[in-house]
Order: sequence, then C-alpha cells, then structure tokens
Amino acid sequence: MNIDFNLLWIFIACAAVTFLPRVLPFALIRRIRMPVPIQRWLSYIPICLLTALVVEGAIQDDGAFLSVDWRYVLILIPTFVTAVWSRSLVTTVLVGVISAALLRWLL
Amino acid sequence: MQNTKELSPTFVQGIRDCVPTLLGYIGIGFAAGIVGNAAGLTVGEVGLLSALVYAGASQFIICAMLISLSPPPAIIATTFIVNLRHFLMSAALAPHFTSYSLLKNIGIGALLTDETFGVASNRAAQRLPLNDRWMNGLNVTAYISWIMSCMAGGWLGGWVPDPEVWGLDFALPAMFAALLVLQLFAEASKIKRYLLLIALTIVMMFILSGYLSTYLAVLISTIAVAAIGAVTER
Repeated sequence: MNIDFNLLWIFIACAAVTFLPRVLPFALIRRIRMPVPIQRWLSYIPICLLTALVVEGAIQDDGAFLSVDWRYVLILIPTFVTAVWSRSLVTTVLVGVISAALLRWLL
Repeated sequence: MQNTKELSPTFVQGIRDCVPTLLGYIGIGFAAGIVGNAAGLTVGEVGLLSALVYAGASQFIICAMLISLSPPPAIIATTFIVNLRHFLMSAALAPHFTSYSLLKNIGIGALLTDETFGVASNRAAQRLPLNDRWMNGLNVTAYISWIMSCMAGGWLGGWVPDPEVWGLDFALPAMFAALLVLQLFAEASKIKRYLLLIALTIVMMFILSGYLSTYLAVLISTIAVAAIGAVTER
C-alpha cells in the first residue's frame, strides 16, 4: 500500500472541496428557521435535480459540438416504462442495465 | 407493527433501503477503479481517493486530469465545480435533521451522495419520517460498497473487460430515472406541475450545455427551475 505524497495532497484538497458543499447546508440550516419561499424552492430541488442528472447523460459534448446520445435515449425508454409500471428501484435498475448491455451488443 | 417501524426506521432499515442502489455503486465504482488503475494509481491510492473524495464523477475527472498531467489547482477547482450540486441536495435534506447535533449533521452531510439523497428525498416525498439512524445505515452501506468496488476495480484493472459491455454504467441513470418516477407519483395532485417543471429542466439543460460544462448546466437548471416552481406555486 504505497502512496505517493504529491497525490495525497491533491486527494486531501479534493476531499476538502467535496466535503464543504455537502456539509455546509447541514451545519447552517440548524440555526435558522427557513422562510416559506425557500422551503418551497427546496421542495422542488429533488425533481429538477434528478431530471437534470438523467438529461446530463444524454448530452455528448465533443469540445465544440453538442449532440444527443441516441443510444442512451433509446435505453431510457424501457427503463422509464419499467419505472412507471413497477415503481421499484431494483427492477428498474436491472431492466436498465440489461437494456444497455443488449443494445450495445446489437448496435 | 408496520406503522411503528415506518415512523422510526432503524439503522438496519437504512441498510435495507440502500440495497436497490448497490448495483449502481458496484458498477460505477468498479469502472472508477479501472480508470484509477489506468491513471497509474496503486490499489491503496484508489482506496484512499474513493474514501476521501467519495464522488464518482469527480474521481473519473481527477484520474483523467492526472493522466493529462493537469496542474493540481485545476484538478481541485474542477472537482469543486463537479460536486457543487451536493450543496443543493444537502440544502434540500438538511431541514429534516435540524433536531440532531451539529456533529451528527456533519456526519450525515459528509456521506451524502446522489443515490442516498435520492432514496432519502423519495422517503420524504412519501411523507415518511427521516431519522439519523436510518440515514446513517443508508450512507455507511453506500460508502463501504463504494470503496470496496473502487478498490476491486483498481486491483483487477487491466484484466477485466470494460464494465460498459455489461451495461453496468447505466445502473446510475436507471436509478435516477426510477427515483424521478417515484418522486413524480408521490404527490398525485402535483403531477401536472411536476411534468411541466421536468420539461423546463430538459429544455434548460440543452440550452445551457451549449455554453457551459454539463456540470454547471445541471446546477443552474436545477436552481432556476426549482425557483420557477416555487414562485408559481399558489
């Protein structure tokens, strides 16, 4: 288990910048009572963030050009159908992974 | 019986609720380990990176930037931007944990990931209570699985085929999709509104990605569309 010292410092600095955004809201929100508009705003974050994360995978950024990864969009179809039909995380993830493997094998 | 269990979930219940997300951690962690191996990291270094940084997208980028010999300040700044979205997740979850000590809050926040955030906010959307034990069970299970998967990937490195062949990289978007659908149907009265906001987010993502990195696009679309949702609520 040998670890390069220069790397260690980069890792520690990266750990600090990932730790702060995760922890700050937890440390701050305890002290203040949130105003209603902010509470409302926070309540919409999960749905917007999850959408944005799904969409992020569909966007291919090849430097200058933006394109849609159609294979990714194609795999999303059976995945979303399964999610609506089963309402189950495990089933959806399995169908998604199997669809991705099948599609890549076929195309 | 079922009721008391639901109202005050245990650490073990948290572990159980983490299980559906494990395939995602294993698949992506394994891939992150392979990339680390390709960047010349030892298994110990891969383990250290995943234990310290504990964020899939950032680990991929750190390794890619190490390969391209990017200067350390650029690596650190990029990592910061890629992970800024966690600020939004923490802000959305933190109000559920205000009754606990600062130390407990820091512990919960430090191990928050896309997936544990998704599982927790999904529970909150069903109006089920969140508590520290359950959240820690969920977080710690994810953390350990992630480190072990990364190290396994780093160890097996060049010998195994790309996990993409098995579709394992798709475990993550599939889970986001499932969590999105669950969130969507959690409040029947709001479905129309939610669908509108989803459409807006998609449009904003495509517009913003033309000008910014997709990480920033995720951040800004979420902030903006959630604000539109809040402002237009009656």
